[in-house]
Amino acid sequence: MNIVENFDLYAPRLVDKEEHFSAGHRACQGCGEALAIRLMCKALGKDTVIVNATGCMEVISTMYPTTAWNLPWIHVAFPNSASVGAGVEAGLKVLRRKGKIADRDVKTVCIGGDGGTFDIGLQAISGAMERGHDLLYVCLDNEAYMNTGIQRSGATPFGASTTTAPAGAASSGKSEWKKNLAAIIAAHNVPYVATACHSYPFDFMNKVKKARKVKGPSFIHCMTVCPTGWRTASEETIKLGRLAVETGVFPLYEIENGKYKMSLKPDKLRSVEDYLKLQGRFRHLTPADIEIIQKRVILEYNKLLDKAENLHSWSELEEK
Amino acid sequence: MSERVGMEIALAAAETVALCRPDVVAAYPITPNTHIPEHLSDIVADGRLDADFICVESEHSALSACCGASGAGARAFTATSSQGLLYMAEVVPIVSAMRLPVVMIIGNRALSGPINIWNDHSDIMSQRDAGWISMFAANGQEVVDMTVQSFKIAEHRDVMLPVNLNLDGFQLTHVVEPMMFLNQEEVDAFLPEYKPYAALHPDNIVSMGTLALPEIFNEVMKAKDEVLKGSKKVILEVWKEWEEKFGRSYKPVESYRTEDAEVLFLAIGSMAETAEVAVDELRDKGMRIGLLKLRLWRPFPFEEIRNAVKGAKVVAVLDRAVSFGGPGGPVFSEVRSALYDEKDRPMVINEIIGLGGRDVPVGDFVKIAEKATRVAKTGPEEEYEIFGVRGS
Amino acid sequence: MEKAKKWPEDWQEITPGCMVSRPGSAREYHTGSWRAQRPVYDNSKCIKCGICYIFCPEGCISQDADGYFVADLNYCKGCGICAHECWTGAITMVEEG
Repeated sequence: MNIVENFDLYAPRLVDKEEHFSAGHRACQGCGEALAIRLMCKALGKDTVIVNATGCMEVISTMYPTTAWNLPWIHVAFPNSASVGAGVEAGLKVLRRKGKIADRDVKTVCIGGDGGTFDIGLQAISGAMERGHDLLYVCLDNEAYMNTGIQRSGATPFGASTTTAPAGAASSGKSEWKKNLAAIIAAHNVPYVATACHSYPFDFMNKVKKARKVKGPSFIHCMTVCPTGWRTASEETIKLGRLAVETGVFPLYEIENGKYKMSLKPDKLRSVEDYLKLQGRFRHLTPADIEIIQKRVILEYNKLLDKAENLHSWSELEEK
Repeated sequence: MSERVGMEIALAAAETVALCRPDVVAAYPITPNTHIPEHLSDIVADGRLDADFICVESEHSALSACCGASGAGARAFTATSSQGLLYMAEVVPIVSAMRLPVVMIIGNRALSGPINIWNDHSDIMSQRDAGWISMFAANGQEVVDMTVQSFKIAEHRDVMLPVNLNLDGFQLTHVVEPMMFLNQEEVDAFLPEYKPYAALHPDNIVSMGTLALPEIFNEVMKAKDEVLKGSKKVILEVWKEWEEKFGRSYKPVESYRTEDAEVLFLAIGSMAETAEVAVDELRDKGMRIGLLKLRLWRPFPFEEIRNAVKGAKVVAVLDRAVSFGGPGGPVFSEVRSALYDEKDRPMVINEIIGLGGRDVPVGDFVKIAEKATRVAKTGPEEEYEIFGVRGS
Repeated sequence: MEKAKKWPEDWQEITPGCMVSRPGSAREYHTGSWRAQRPVYDNSKCIKCGICYIFCPEGCISQDADGYFVADLNYCKGCGICAHECWTGAITMVEEG
């Protein structure tokens, strides 16, 4: 597949040069999540309030008395990024309505890791999405509870070795498939849901810009590579994100008003082994395990293509 | 002008909160405080209050949403009881650490297990150390008055701390009493618009809720302690202003017929009103007995307690919560600790009463007074007693 | 390479709620002290596409007056992403001596 097709060579020149997420943060070398935050902030602009769940990003960016954030930012606890965000959104809305703050659109953006979104934060995000708050939730998914030391989460992929579901003589790592969070959120009638990856920066930034414009809830599930937790080389962070997409392990798509749309449709998916063999967390997998993963990846990908082909947008269904 | 209205106290609390013009109310129903968020949502739905009522999906989200709203610079309110308070307990110390002036009304209810929806103080007592200002109301009028006071105290620039106002579940929340209500002009005059110290807005960028390393943590905790202790000054000022404007006086510890008292009750919450009746009865019989009503729980009113018990021989502290396997009920252990270093101090005994909504009639207070009189001469009989238990 | 990390001398200096109203003050901490290798640019190969700038997790790469890119060594952690992604191989990672 020709990567250059999805990549405007000189587009970096057009990106907002402002660093809303400054250097000096304590993320690991090659941290995909820090990169994703940096790109997301460029797409959001300065009229944004960030609500951050406990996790890597919160810890590495705000070591008192310094902060890496050039945007208003609040962190309260682990499971409540979405509910704090709901409060921020409501507060800003009421204050603007009462004329106590400037009459200007300020978007509330909640960020959380896979831990704070898939697992402990699922209730809060479900409530916030159902209530229809005007907020964007970005889940930065590095597929385990990385900040506390690489423990298994609902987002950990099948076969990955984590510290609480490790590979050993009697186990091959996680024995359950990754939770499909985009589908769960879409089931809340959220008008815009998308998956993204930092390795496709412009796709990600465009999706953030699109989500920001939605008047109501929106959700982006961004895969972020973690060299520390995945046991990969720090320089391969971008490459791994690309491989995840090219092998169909993490397809990029949007669900807009119920209509599924692939952002990237490779002519032929690469074999998952290309992706798995670069990662220490999959080191223990046997060819039989890889075959199971390959089959399931193809199945999930086909399910997705099926939805993209057959499901209609809400407006189309209304007219019927 | 204020008008005298007869109303269920929970509804009166909601009406008063509405007069305080909160911007965001985020609350989850739990018996017995449910009438408060329900009535507030009625008021919003009727267009009488311009606020956002967020029907959050849990108490944890309720307090979290209040954090977010308060962080954005809005006046935020929530209400809960018992299990709800424990569910939001993760956020409770964070609100005070972040200096967000959220006001919370708690309809005190027993903590599970076993499940029990009726009144006792085990819920709020589990949050003693969280750094909130904590006050107790003993009747409907106090609920109305202290609701308005809570917002003013919380938002004062020298305080900036969350406040919880406690009223006994069912004993107060579901009881109809006559109360002097304030009108909107009076409340607006007393409680100005909320001007936050800092707010989440791109025009003035802040990061709230940062990470504090061990190298700084002792200092941060010291600062938190000092600001809570220092808030007493503002609380007294607000109470003085209230008395000047509305003629009703509030003190951290109220004394009733204590002038020459040898025996004292020390009560917290609505049980104090029943104790008052017992005091009158016993005085008629010639006992030199008085009552202390503890209104301010945090910051703990050390000075006022020490002064109030001077001259008494025995103080019977009435608790409505147990510290299992511990040194007695929470109020008792704190009062006794407060008096430990005093040269002349009364004997302090502990009677734990009314757990899980158990009725405590005047006769029980009389029995306690008689016991107190006896042990004042013969010495304490036990560490503490859970009063009125059937069986030996 | 200075490592600016100063704690308040007095507890009374702690800001309310530990809030930080100095946006971007993390820059006081020079994460460049972490690295084991550093990016070296060969401008003769550079096509000024800006990919290195886009993919740097630190955001420490910037353009100079001639349009070539250079990493701020105060913050560069030496992850090697820029060298790995550079189309023309204009960046090489060199061990810190």
